[in-house]
Amino acid sequence: MTAANGTGRRPLLETRKLSVDFGGLHALDELDFEVHEGEIVSVIGPNGAGKTTLFNAISATVQLSAGDILFEGESLLGLDPNRVTARGIARTFQNVRLFANMTVLENVMVSQHCRTHQHAFGALFYTPAFRREEAEIRERAEEVLSFFGSRLVGYRFDQPAFTLSYANRRRLEIARAMATQPKLILLDEPVAGMNPVESAELTGMIGRLRDEWGFAIVVIEHHMDVVREVSDRVVVLDHGTKIAEGDYAEVSNDPLVIEAYLGHGADAS
Amino acid sequence: MTATVASETGSAGPAETPLAPSRPVLAQDWRRLVRMGAVGAVAQIFIALSNMPVRLDERLVVKPILSLGYLTLLIVPFAAGHRVGHQIKREGMAVYAAGAHEVAGGAACGAVAGGGVSLLAVLLANFDLREPLVNWSPMLAELLAFGNATWFAVVIWLLIGAAVGGSGGALRVLGPSTRRAVVTMALAVGGTAVLEPLVVDLAEGMRLEALTDRLYAPRGGINWTSALGLAAASGILAVLGRGRVRQAREHVAALEGAKRTRTNLGLIALTGAALVILPLFAGKLTNELLANVGLFVLLALGLNVVVGLAGILDLGYVAFFAVGSYSAAVLTAATSPRINPEMPWLVALIVVVIITGLVGLFIGAPVIRMRGDYLAIVTLGFGEIIRLIFLSDWLSGWFGGSQGITKIPGAGIFGLTSVAGTDPRRVFYLVLAFCAIAIYVSWRLERSRLGRAWMAVREDETVAEAMGINTVNVKLLAFVVGAVLGSFSGAIFSAKVGSVFPNSFLILVSIVILVVVIFGGMGSIVGVIAGSAVLIGVLGGPKQPGLLAEFSEFKLLIYGALLIWMMLARPEGLIPSVRRSRELHQQEMAQDAWLKGQVEDDDGNGGGRAAPAT
Repeated sequence: MTAANGTGRRPLLETRKLSVDFGGLHALDELDFEVHEGEIVSVIGPNGAGKTTLFNAISATVQLSAGDILFEGESLLGLDPNRVTARGIARTFQNVRLFANMTVLENVMVSQHCRTHQHAFGALFYTPAFRREEAEIRERAEEVLSFFGSRLVGYRFDQPAFTLSYANRRRLEIARAMATQPKLILLDEPVAGMNPVESAELTGMIGRLRDEWGFAIVVIEHHMDVVREVSDRVVVLDHGTKIAEGDYAEVSNDPLVIEAYLGHGADAS
Repeated sequence: MTATVASETGSAGPAETPLAPSRPVLAQDWRRLVRMGAVGAVAQIFIALSNMPVRLDERLVVKPILSLGYLTLLIVPFAAGHRVGHQIKREGMAVYAAGAHEVAGGAACGAVAGGGVSLLAVLLANFDLREPLVNWSPMLAELLAFGNATWFAVVIWLLIGAAVGGSGGALRVLGPSTRRAVVTMALAVGGTAVLEPLVVDLAEGMRLEALTDRLYAPRGGINWTSALGLAAASGILAVLGRGRVRQAREHVAALEGAKRTRTNLGLIALTGAALVILPLFAGKLTNELLANVGLFVLLALGLNVVVGLAGILDLGYVAFFAVGSYSAAVLTAATSPRINPEMPWLVALIVVVIITGLVGLFIGAPVIRMRGDYLAIVTLGFGEIIRLIFLSDWLSGWFGGSQGITKIPGAGIFGLTSVAGTDPRRVFYLVLAFCAIAIYVSWRLERSRLGRAWMAVREDETVAEAMGINTVNVKLLAFVVGAVLGSFSGAIFSAKVGSVFPNSFLILVSIVILVVVIFGGMGSIVGVIAGSAVLIGVLGGPKQPGLLAEFSEFKLLIYGALLIWMMLARPEGLIPSVRRSRELHQQEMAQDAWLKGQVEDDDGNGGGRAAPAT
């Protein structure tokens, strides 16, 4: 793996005073947030804290009101979502959004779009370059899918995604993100709806994603055991601002965090 | 291994439940029966007042028994009588054996439907509603009464309704193989009769006039003796061929990879060869028809790339057809008003492709950023704008305004031959060649990186964008590919017809092409071809006559009825693409897969059950 996150090194992803407003609502309010190479950062916070909005802002699906997002030192401002993906940021969605009628393999093949180049010409004339690239795309797709053991391989390659079980859909979504060959993966509640056994297994996989594939990972998660297990660092959001940051032990004892989750104590009256 | 799974899913039929004994004759669901009958009655009155029976009375189906006009009326009680005996099959509910109950129910339902005509006959005799209803004529009254008094019409239509409805119900009583034989016989006789011009034309080409002379009466219609013979022959064939077709199909489906590809290639080659040889034996009429169908196949294949593959609902597709036709006309015709380079057709075609591609880009660029309904409406607008530009006085110096461009020379191919409308056979071969190109293009593109991106955009544009697909570029490319394929059709069209006018490019053309694509099966190449063959070949295009030239007046009515029926009964189209049927039957298929244990339990213990056939 790459060297430990040196303190003086430039972060992989950095947001500077990032604000997103929806009408009068400040979904994100001057948020400074950073991720270093080879790091797993968990983002937690109560519902409506702005966690998914942060993901949407990074992947350019919502408009920023102010601030800047730097990826490898370069601004992502004004880029279309597909360009952001091409720069090396992939994501999954909170409510699984697969291409339901495409097969498992096609789902993972199509997400290599921005890493491949053959266009209509190659396809029409069936050039050697086209055939080579198709073979590579398929090979890479199979490689990515085999990361999940036997679940998404073999006869499942050609099954439409909608026939998969819920847990497998979540896995396929991660596979699809991996296939875009990113440097950073944003996982939006990857274990939501999974049972404890499945979620423990996936927790281990998040670690392996970093160790074996070298991705930096940001996870939004509500399950505290998952957060404890995977995180190098935990960032707590509430009302669009960062209220705490640190390792799991620090954050879980932070009075502000407890207040955000449990509400004000009796002293408010 | 995948093949095994697929065939397992395919053979998953409904479980055989034992039949309950037939219901007693009078235990009818009377409300349903009357409702169905009333629908039939209204339908018959509608058909009668649409003037179909009167207009088609001349055309005999079986001489001297039945004319096409009466047939249009008789279909209704038959369908109602058949439908009323339909049992909804649900798990745990008894399925009754068909018997006298179905026949009686069908007869009663048919009689109610026939009552509609009786009622109409009485009304025709006593009131004059000619003012709003233009077809309210004595001719119709006479036709309904078979030339007799009104009371005769009332009685006879009740009886006819009951008899025809009863036979519709009786169809349910027959065993499956007998039923297939009966249906085959009816289709053989009906088809041969209705397709008389085609059969005669083909027979002439093959020097078999003797056969058709015997088959058909001198002034049209099958002789009733030959009808009987035909029915017997086709019935015997149906009984002999029982199950053979299905066996063959299952055999092909079960073949493994390379062998299957070889079989498919063989089938394609066979079809291609048939299409090349057929025109040699066909007369002018058939070739004209084939050429028209081919032009629409070409258009539909182009639209299929846009609608079927990329999921962009383009209601103004005719624009590219128009641009292709007009630019080909301007480039080749000596009479074009402003510039007349008189290029050879093939050279002009290259320029046409470039022009249409640019127009596609130009129209597409603003349109493509929209989604769904907005996009559809805007394309509709652009379709009209293009036509109005060609019609306008402003550019009449270039395109001739409403006078159009005439005396367009035929399409010269390397100086070897010239293809013009006077020789429909050559036109057909030209169209065939371009269809082959269009099929190849859509087939290759669908199975490429680009095709997958189109699929993804169709499924979920937002996610496709987040997965690194430049949706704007990809959609624009679909638009341009569609435009170029449409321009082929346009260039051939102008050479074939020899003139172009703005009113050849009405919005109706867009609609018809879209209906062809939807009817045939969106995203399916074979489906689109089948759709064109059925709709354009049999019924006719917006301006082109089909096999049933008699129906041309009622074409849009039948288009509409067919489309509604299709959307209700088979929304995925005639020959759907696998993907399209998945979209429409996702839930059923997911349930099937689950029932077959292909989805493991969500218990996380290492994938649940062992995966089958891996």
